[in-house]
Amino acid sequence: MTQLTTLGKPAAPAARRAAGRPRRTLVLNLVAVVLGLLVWTLLATIGVQGLPTPMEVAAKAGELVADGTLLQDALASLRRVLLGFLMGTLLAIPVGFLMGWYATARGLLEPYVQFFRTIPPLAIIPLAIVLLGIGEVPKVFVIFLAAFLSSVVSTFQGVVDVDKTLINAARVLGASDRTIFLKVVVPASTPFILVGMRVGLGSAWGTLVAAELIAAQEGLGYRMQQAQLYYDLSTIFVGLIAIGVLGLLMDRLLLLAERRLTDWQERR
Amino acid sequence: MNAKISFRDIVKTYPMKDGVFTALDHVSLDIADREFVTVVGPSGCGKSTLMSMAAGLTEPTSGEVLVDGAPVPGPGPDRGVIFQQYALFPWLSVRKNVEFGLKLMNLPPDERRRRAEHAIELVGLSDFADALPKTLSGGMKQRCAIARAYAVNPQVLLMDEPFGALDALTRVQLQDQLLDTWSRERRTVMFITHDVDEAVYLARRVIVMAARPGRVQQIVDVDLPYPRTEEMRLSPEFARIRNEVWHGVYHQPKAA
Repeated sequence: MTQLTTLGKPAAPAARRAAGRPRRTLVLNLVAVVLGLLVWTLLATIGVQGLPTPMEVAAKAGELVADGTLLQDALASLRRVLLGFLMGTLLAIPVGFLMGWYATARGLLEPYVQFFRTIPPLAIIPLAIVLLGIGEVPKVFVIFLAAFLSSVVSTFQGVVDVDKTLINAARVLGASDRTIFLKVVVPASTPFILVGMRVGLGSAWGTLVAAELIAAQEGLGYRMQQAQLYYDLSTIFVGLIAIGVLGLLMDRLLLLAERRLTDWQERR
Repeated sequence: MNAKISFRDIVKTYPMKDGVFTALDHVSLDIADREFVTVVGPSGCGKSTLMSMAAGLTEPTSGEVLVDGAPVPGPGPDRGVIFQQYALFPWLSVRKNVEFGLKLMNLPPDERRRRAEHAIELVGLSDFADALPKTLSGGMKQRCAIARAYAVNPQVLLMDEPFGALDALTRVQLQDQLLDTWSRERRTVMFITHDVDEAVYLARRVIVMAARPGRVQQIVDVDLPYPRTEEMRLSPEFARIRNEVWHGVYHQPKAA
């Protein structure tokens, strides 16, 4: 709970800094990337066993792009993640609101939410396979669970933390409970919901590879798993980089949406 | 004198680890229609709780609060409340904030617009009607909150240390502005403050409260005519009244 509460604070300083990132920082970022690639090349050439050079990885990436494997895998993975993530957050938002707004709902749901939060979603995989088979369903289910559990707490916290003075201000102007909920609680907790969604996306993405260990036929995790069997490190690197880039892109998109939707916040 | 707001033998207690805490101990008070009353007292004297009961946000443990002779049914737009923390909806512009209460009254859009404009103009925020609260200074935020309360045209204004967080200059300006609007459109005002100068400058009567348990200690009449002016602040009469209130607040006898 405490951990998620800190995560749930909207407008993390790091995210804020990224907005007006000065040119100097950008140059430094670039330098760091180039240096990293150099070190990697160096390590590969002086013969760390099996380690491919960046060029080899790039060549492999080109190959995988050309024959369509990478795109196909990426799309398969994205589909699973987005499906699980959307279902997870779409359920988390109403459940979080229920828990925040009605003490009864909180009392009934909190033990489950808190308990399942302590179980890593990956630990559910054996159970999911037994109960749901080895098709798409258990994979999406595990991702769904990961996304749901991380964003439900944030939404709930957002509703609980709505400034009571704002609620009173609406009440004295004659607002009904319904109006207060729709016009005050929902907008006031939007920043928390969006942070919850970002956390949810992070854990959904993080659960992906393991979920694809469940007898997948395609997907980035599956491809890396296959590559491991053939000692094909280049493909593993391509997979890793693809996962990183896609994860970063999705996070940035959500961050952009967050900025748009919560521009009214006072950022101190 | 016809009481607009009437507190009848109000008791408010809170359960504590060791027994009960008495926030208000048999408080009775009448506020006349269109009267400007300030309530001053040390922290913990229950002045905000008393106001909150008139707003319908807090219920007394025993006793009753009457508005126009009828028990307060809960919060309602006939009693506007202004909070110390401004309580503006940060996602709404000044205009939308002011229109919030008007929307709840189901007014036609052009009527809503007109009344919002009027209220915004009254507090001098016309140039900032489309600004978000985060871009406003503290004084402007509170003026927006006042406009929001005025817009629904309440008969009673309940103000809970509204200028408490502002700098001295802004505070004096807003006091004058408040009196100015009050003299043009008289309403019943119950104004909570811990600032003795402010209490005397604004009110026709100053209610001095004492703490532990919260109770009315003394009621001081301010026989200075409206409109109040800067010269009055320096007059011997003002000083005399202020001393009386000051004495009432800071040299309170211990409760029996």
